[in-house]
Amino acid sequence: MTTATNISDTSTSDLMVEMRGVNKWYGDFHVLRDIDLEVRRGERIVICGPSGSGKSTLIRCINHLEEHQQGDIVVGGIPLTQDVKRIEQIRRSVGMVFQHFNLFPHLTVLENCCIAPMWVQKKSRKEAEEQAMRYLERVRIAEQAKKYPGQLSGGQQQRVAIARSLCMHPDVMLFDEPTSALDPEMIKEVLDVMVELAKEGMTMLCVTHEMGFAKTVADRVIFMDQGQIIEENAPEPFFNNPQSERTQLFLSQILGH
Amino acid sequence: MIHNQTIIKERPAPSSAVGPVAWLRTNLFNGPVNTLFTLIGLYILYLLVVPTVQWAFINADWVGSTRDDCSREGACWVFINARFTQFIYGLYPRSEIWRANIVFAGFFTLIAWLAIPRLPFKRWVAVFALVGFPVIAYVLLHGGYFDLPRVSTHRWGGLMLTLLLATVGMVGALPIGIVLALGRRSNMPIVKSFCVVFIEFWRGVPLITVLFMASVMLPLFLPSEMSVDRLVRALIGLTLFQSAYMAEVIRGGLQAIPKGQEEAAAALGMTYWKRMGLIVLPQALKMMIPGIVNTFISLFKDTTLVMIIGLFDLLGIVQAALSDSRWLGFSLEGYVFAAFMFWVFCFSMSRYSQYLERKLHTGHKR
Repeated sequence: MTTATNISDTSTSDLMVEMRGVNKWYGDFHVLRDIDLEVRRGERIVICGPSGSGKSTLIRCINHLEEHQQGDIVVGGIPLTQDVKRIEQIRRSVGMVFQHFNLFPHLTVLENCCIAPMWVQKKSRKEAEEQAMRYLERVRIAEQAKKYPGQLSGGQQQRVAIARSLCMHPDVMLFDEPTSALDPEMIKEVLDVMVELAKEGMTMLCVTHEMGFAKTVADRVIFMDQGQIIEENAPEPFFNNPQSERTQLFLSQILGH
Repeated sequence: MIHNQTIIKERPAPSSAVGPVAWLRTNLFNGPVNTLFTLIGLYILYLLVVPTVQWAFINADWVGSTRDDCSREGACWVFINARFTQFIYGLYPRSEIWRANIVFAGFFTLIAWLAIPRLPFKRWVAVFALVGFPVIAYVLLHGGYFDLPRVSTHRWGGLMLTLLLATVGMVGALPIGIVLALGRRSNMPIVKSFCVVFIEFWRGVPLITVLFMASVMLPLFLPSEMSVDRLVRALIGLTLFQSAYMAEVIRGGLQAIPKGQEEAAAALGMTYWKRMGLIVLPQALKMMIPGIVNTFISLFKDTTLVMIIGLFDLLGIVQAALSDSRWLGFSLEGYVFAAFMFWVFCFSMSRYSQYLERKLHTGHKR
């Protein structure tokens, strides 16, 4: 993984994502309240919280799939503004994996992985395909390259989606509940790929309810409720000694059975 | 408790459930009421088909040159035969018909080339069909260049004119419709309102009115030295009119594409036009093939309305021939012929669209 090599690189800023006083409303509904968040290069962050707490909205603000109305977001040293060119520049360095995979159904698995490198990074077809095959092998799905997404299982589709993002050589990966839409027997194959990615040093922000995953890979766990960051800690103290009552309740509910 | 340790082998379905006899039994003769309906249906079919076949084929006259050759009770196809050249080329001068023939040949060759999957160089053929061929066709049909005598557009007619109107209409309406559909979904208020007004204006006006306006009103507003050919005016009117319908069909397709598709494309750093051109439109257009072809077919048949501004398309020229005193009383044959020609083209389009749907289907339907 190329991005792993420059963790120690001090010439670039150490902060990958920076959010300062970010607020967002849907009409009158206050979805994000005074979010302050710093993610250093190579850091793995898991965001959890009850549904509707603004977790997805938070990470979707980072690549401007959602627009924030107040506060500053800086991604890889580039401040996020209304400027379309700048948004596209940020998106090229931020990979995203969605809950419902969002593979392009009219393209084969291989084409799904080649289309952005070819059209956004202007790589040749040959170069893009070779690279796509390398990443498809890494997520262990190379033998399905000629198939269409509709012919794959959910777990396979999600691994393709991860490979598709990696083909753009992102500096940060955003995971928006990547295993929530999967059958139980397929969750592991996707988590395994994510754990490997984490071990290689990829900067990751991951919205998930997989607490086992959080315990193994996360540097920090963030708990959100009602659009606010309630608690933020390393996994061990977070799970063993949660500070706020709201976190304790949440953890007892999802770990209780 | 274990019931079965081995998986039961596959067996074919029993013969009472498959095969033609089983099909007949389940679909046509399943119970006394259905049997009765089947028999009534067969009888009605018999009453309709037998006289039609007798009229059109068995008792019909095929050879000859005047109406006196039509002695029998059936159809008189001699009339169609005698007027065939006119039905195809309109009033195009006989000596110049070879020019129209070259264009016809080129037209059908290009369509076949693009439609048959095995043939190579599709991209270049498509570019030639859209850029080179129209120029060649215009030079040949219109003349006035390279010592070709000029044949002004009021002599163009028949099937040639119908195909010209339909092809230009389709090739023009699809891209304009796409742009209008995208514009109507745009976030930019000026673009959006322009597209809404444009679409609603053209959809709210009957095509006949559009054609009348184009042929009667437009010249009143334009300075007299600036005259636009009547055929060109009809073409513009027809194209803009159909593009409004096309836009709404395509907008339906765009709305059916899940939002996640555009988000995924955006997350990969694609610009608006790449998101649309590479991800959203290919899916939307594929999904909307039935609607698009439906619009094409109605456009094809709407070309007959140019009759009212004095252009003689296939139906117009057939109707004109019916009033010929030597051939009075053969209107049924004339209309059947015109209907058959229209049906052949519309049915081909419909079949081709079904083939396309099957070919482009990638198994992602949920």
